Amino acid sequence: MSAAQPTPAAPAPADGPAVLEAEGLGVALGGQQILSGIDFTVRPGEVVALLGANGSGKSTLVRALLGIVPTDAGTVRLFGRPLGNGVPWNRVGYVPQRLPAATGVPANALEVVTSGLLTGRRLRPPRDARDRARAALEQVGLADKARRPVHELSGGQQQRVLIARALVRDPDLLVLDEPTSGIDIPTQQTFVDTVQRLHADGATILVILHELGPFTPLIQRALVLRHGRLVHDGAPPHARDEHAEPGHQHTHPHADPEPPGAGPTITIEVTP
Amino acid sequence: MTWLDQIITMLEWPLMQRALLAALLVGAAAPVVGTFLVQRRLALMGDGIGHVALTGVALGWLVGNWANLAQHDTLAVPGAVVAAIVGSVVIELVRERGRTSGDLALAIMFYGGIAGGVLLIKVAGGTNANLMAYLFGSISTVSGGDLWWTAALAVVVLGAGVGLRTALFSVSYDEEFARGSGLPVRFLNMLIATVAALTVTIAMRVVGLLLVSALMIVPVAIAQVFARSFGRTMALASAIGVAVSVVGLSVTYWQDYPPGATIVVLAILVYAIAVTLRPLIHRPTPHRDPHPDVPDDVLLATSARD
Repeated sequence: MSAAQPTPAAPAPADGPAVLEAEGLGVALGGQQILSGIDFTVRPGEVVALLGANGSGKSTLVRALLGIVPTDAGTVRLFGRPLGNGVPWNRVGYVPQRLPAATGVPANALEVVTSGLLTGRRLRPPRDARDRARAALEQVGLADKARRPVHELSGGQQQRVLIARALVRDPDLLVLDEPTSGIDIPTQQTFVDTVQRLHADGATILVILHELGPFTPLIQRALVLRHGRLVHDGAPPHARDEHAEPGHQHTHPHADPEPPGAGPTITIEVTP
Repeated sequence: MTWLDQIITMLEWPLMQRALLAALLVGAAAPVVGTFLVQRRLALMGDGIGHVALTGVALGWLVGNWANLAQHDTLAVPGAVVAAIVGSVVIELVRERGRTSGDLALAIMFYGGIAGGVLLIKVAGGTNANLMAYLFGSISTVSGGDLWWTAALAVVVLGAGVGLRTALFSVSYDEEFARGSGLPVRFLNMLIATVAALTVTIAMRVVGLLLVSALMIVPVAIAQVFARSFGRTMALASAIGVAVSVVGLSVTYWQDYPPGATIVVLAILVYAIAVTLRPLIHRPTPHRDPHPDVPDDVLLATSARD
C-alpha cells in the first residue's frame, strides 16, 4: 500500500482500562530535569505517535514508561499496574532505536530474538522458544538470516531483528523508538505494514517519530514534546496541503540562506 | 616404556588424578563465566577479583592465627571466597553507576587488594612466600577435601552459567532491553559477579590468582575466532578450556614446569595459531553482490542542467 491511502478497517480505539497511564511524570538524569509534568493515557487499540525535536525527551519518556530510567515524580501504570513486578511484561514489546555496540562475542539473530521471550520473572525460555523465534524472524522477512551474527547484518536488517525480538512475545502494547530512522523507503514500508497488521489484531502502538512519513495513515493521535513538557495531545499534525498532493516535488521554493561570509571559502564547481 | 604406558602411569598416581580432575572442572567452568564477562566488556574483571581475593587469603590467615587453628591456611580459601564475592559486588555496583570515575575506583581497588594481602600476611606472621602458592597456583597440593570444594563450586558455576544462559545473555547483551522487559536486571548482574568470584577462587588453586583471568578469557578469545553465535562461543570456549588445562597440566608431569603458567602459555599459543590459521579455515564467501536487490529510493539526476 502506498502512504497516501487511508487506513483500511483499523479498529477504533476501544474504551476500557487504559493500556498506559502517565500521571505527573518527571525524570531527572544527571541532575538535569529532562521531563516534568507529563500526563497522558493510551487506550487499547490506539496508535499514538510521540513527536518532538531532537533532545525534547522523547526517548527518555519512553524509557521512563518502561522502567528503564528511574522517575523522580509521578506514576506510570502499564495495563493498570504500577511499574514493577506486577506488570504483565510479556504483553509489552519494546523496540529500541538501535542495537547495542558489538562486543567480542558474536550473537546470531535467533539468539537475540529468543532473548525477547524472557520477561518479568521468566528466566528460562519456553520449550517452543526456537520455533517462536524463527516465526518472528519470518514475520520481518529475515528467516534466511537467522544464523547470521547480528553485527554482520545491515542497519535495516538489525532494526528488523529488534522488531522481531519485540514481536516474539506477541505483545499487546508495542513501543517503538524511531523504527524508521536511517532505513530505506521500501524497508520503512514493511515496518508500517507490520505495525498495521499488529494494530488490526488489536495491539496498541506507541511510536516515536521524527516525522510521520509512511506512518501517516496509521496515526490516530499525536503527543508532542517540547523542552521536556507535553505541549500537544490530540490529532496528528497535517502536512501543508500542497505537500500532501501526489506528485508534489518536495523542493524548497525559497532560496537557500546565505552562507556565513567570514573565513576562507572553497568553491567547487561540479559539472554533470 | 611407550607413551601410552607413561600416560597410564600418570593417571594411576592419586595426586595427578586429583590435579587433573580439578583442572578439568576449572577448565570447563572458567570460560563459561568468561563468555559473559567478555560480552559485558569486563574481560579484566576476573583480574580485579583475583587481586582482591589475595587480601581475603591473608585475612583468612590472620583470623586462623587469632583462632589458634593448627593449620595457618585453613581459612585462606574461605577468606578468598568472601573477599572475592565482596569485591565483585563492589565492582558491579561501580559499573552500575557507570561514568568515568568507575575506572579509577576499580584501579584503586585492584592495587589495594594486592597491597592489603602483602601487608596482612606479614601481620599474620607469614611471609610473602606463603602468598606465592595462591598467586601462581599450587595444583600439586590439591587434597581430597579441596577437590570436593572445587567440584561443588564448579557445579554451581556451570549450573548458573549454562542453566540461566538466555537470561544472563539478555542482560549482558542489552541491559536496557532486559530492564524494559521487567527482568530482575540487578539480581542477574549480581549473579554474574558472584559466579565470577566463585570461579576465581576455584581457579586459584590451578593457575593462581594472577593468571585466573587468562583461563576465563583466553579460551573465549580463541572460540570467537571460529564461532558465529553466542551459544557456540560458550561451548567451544569451555571445550578449549578443558583441553588446555588437561594438556598443560599433563606436560608438567614430564617436565618440571609451573602448571599454571604452562596452561596459560599453551592457551595463548593456541590463540596465536587460531588467528594465523583463520584465513585458511574461513572459506571466502562466494563472490556475489552483497547489496540487497531493492528498488532505488533515490532519484538520480541524469541531466542536471539541460
